Amino acid sequence: MKVSYRLTEEQELLAKTARRFLEERAGMDVVRELMMTDDAFDRDLWQAAAGLGWMSLAIPEQYGGSGYTFAELSVILEEQGRALFCGPFFASVVLAANAILEGGGEEQKAALLPGIASGDTIATLALAEHHQDLGPASISASAEREGDGWTLDGTKRYVLGAAVADLLVVAARTGDGTVGLFVVPTSADGVTIERTPTLDATRKQADVHLSGVRVEADALLGGHVDAWAVVERVLALASAGIACEQVGVARRCLEMAADYAKTRFQFGRAIGSFQAVKHRLADDLVAVEHAHSTAYHAARTTADPEEFAIAAPLAKAVCSDAVTMVTGDNIQVHGGIGFTWEHDAHLYFKRAKSTALLFGTARHHRTRLAEVLDL
Amino acid sequence: MSATTAAQTELVDARIEQLLSDHPPGTTDRQAFWGAQFDLGLAWVDFPEGLGGLGVDRSHRAYVRRRLTEAGADLSNIRRNVLGIGMGAGTLMAHGTEEQKRRYLRPMFTCEEIWCQLFSEPGAGSDLAGLATTAVKDGDSWIVNGQKVWTTLAHEARWGLLVTRTDPDQPKHRGLTYFILDMEADGVEVRPLYQITGEAEFNEVYLTDVVIPDELRVDEVGAGWGVAMTTLMNERVAIGGNTIPRGEGVIKAAVSAWESHGDGDPVTRDELARLWAETEALRLTSLRAAEMARAGTPGPEGSTSKLAWADLNKEVTAFAMEILGQDGTLMPGGYELKRPDSLMFDDLQRWYLRARANSIEGGTSEIMRNILGERVLGLPGEPRVDKGMPWRDVPRS
Repeated sequence: MKVSYRLTEEQELLAKTARRFLEERAGMDVVRELMMTDDAFDRDLWQAAAGLGWMSLAIPEQYGGSGYTFAELSVILEEQGRALFCGPFFASVVLAANAILEGGGEEQKAALLPGIASGDTIATLALAEHHQDLGPASISASAEREGDGWTLDGTKRYVLGAAVADLLVVAARTGDGTVGLFVVPTSADGVTIERTPTLDATRKQADVHLSGVRVEADALLGGHVDAWAVVERVLALASAGIACEQVGVARRCLEMAADYAKTRFQFGRAIGSFQAVKHRLADDLVAVEHAHSTAYHAARTTADPEEFAIAAPLAKAVCSDAVTMVTGDNIQVHGGIGFTWEHDAHLYFKRAKSTALLFGTARHHRTRLAEVLDL
Repeated sequence: MSATTAAQTELVDARIEQLLSDHPPGTTDRQAFWGAQFDLGLAWVDFPEGLGGLGVDRSHRAYVRRRLTEAGADLSNIRRNVLGIGMGAGTLMAHGTEEQKRRYLRPMFTCEEIWCQLFSEPGAGSDLAGLATTAVKDGDSWIVNGQKVWTTLAHEARWGLLVTRTDPDQPKHRGLTYFILDMEADGVEVRPLYQITGEAEFNEVYLTDVVIPDELRVDEVGAGWGVAMTTLMNERVAIGGNTIPRGEGVIKAAVSAWESHGDGDPVTRDELARLWAETEALRLTSLRAAEMARAGTPGPEGSTSKLAWADLNKEVTAFAMEILGQDGTLMPGGYELKRPDSLMFDDLQRWYLRARANSIEGGTSEIMRNILGERVLGLPGEPRVDKGMPWRDVPRS
């Protein structure tokens, strides 16, 4: 499969519009204000973003979307990373929408996706229970058949945007021992959302407790009690998506560091004239370019299962390491000021680490890669 | 053991006995104890009698500390007033006037007066000698204007160790003068400086038309750089080169993370063992450096520790965060903009964030590498574009 990494005219326009919107409506002053609130969420900002078509972008037209691909979505994710966008976009549009799209039946897709596409519904994926293990064995939340419906019990952790979500897509173990995906309104009896303070204050998480939560038969996505293949697919898309965000984070930090190194003088010289600084930034440039390549490759190969099986873990591993390094170097190049709360460097550093740890660490993805490559 | 050393030890022992019997640690108020410790010459034993010392060899300092600790004495004054007792005292002893030594050393040691250090500025970090805070002579006083940053304890300090520029027409190192600053003087404004963890360990200090009487000048006008170097030599010793017991500190936190969150993966285990080995190598190097320094023959092993410690702290905490996995995305307690309760951390996340400053504070790792290359290995220095140039003409940001 021939892949082109250049942005199409349409994608460039998307990126430009997104960047302008984020600068005007969601600049760092807004990010700082939102991150100190419980949910880091502004409904007006969210609706304005929906108005630009962000939520509908990669959802097929028959479900209320615009029918573009993951490549277009990735452009938005990169810009969001660059701007540290606050809002449950990743949760709703990358995680939940894809879970429904990949796992749902026709009726479910027709019922659920238009709301996500318009931004009126916010959904998220309630999957992880373990700090490291993302495999099927880590799921102990249960779904018991009761009459026509199901009763769900258990606790889900690290659930992005849960406190502002209307819908949860919950992975739970059914009586067969397999894992199914269930759509659960957050307003259902027995659902408790417990906010957990996050390292990255610009993206909030919660623990979701399910206690005897009753749902109808049609809550089970696709009617499949064995939906692990869907979970794996969503995790791979999440890896590709978060890698694109990481590219935006890393590139912004490299720009910040290089700009500073040109204007900060010590010993009568711009600090960028010292090789210790210059070489560090050159290494960061290599890292950013490599990250960019792997993320773009993953975002453009989602429809090619064989290639995507390599591209997704490759991107998550390479981009996680790169963004950790570059955001850390940005602090180092700034020196003391880069360590202060008032400077933005730490916000990027925290977003970087958080994304590096979500959905599997670099090490986890290198192991996946080794498995796929049969090393 | 030479006769002099034996005599010194005997004197020190006698004073320790006297201190402990006259002021039993268990029943004596600690400030009173510290006062008595000072008066008996056991504060800094190498200082002259009457100024907190006995005029004996500096190597007895560690001995006094051990004896008093064993006797249950509270020696927390050293931590509480670290900039005073650790750095200010040595500076005043080497460069201060007799009046200054008599006036400031005792209340410093008893923590009745806390000290801070006003060196770094927004425009003068690595290039400290480029600092821009000015002091202009006005009769018997000096008028000081400028801004200082990274000032630990400024909000609690009674006195500050201040470096200013008194002659901008001299090359940068030569136009500096050192003062004791009255932190309660008009025009001194202290603001908390919040950092990556949300806590404010440090301060910014704004100096606006602050009047300093000439009696508070330390050493000659224009001699400030030498005085500042005396202070800083102590700082690098205090920050790096920590000789905590084997396996303690940040590596312990990583081992705990492995025990609570590890999955037995052999690659991760190897990495943990590698970091443990690096940590132990650093610890042994610090022990070796301390011994050489005591013997009066400090070698390169003393200079490498700060650099190694900074890099290791970052590496070990980052590694431990990987072991925590998605738990590392949580921030127990969240971010609260406040003064820290303690400089120790219960959670790895906060430690991971705080460690970012280790390669910046007390000399960036870039500067430390230059120092090792130039002063230890004897490599040629960086070209100096500002050498010999009047400070006024040096390009600045």
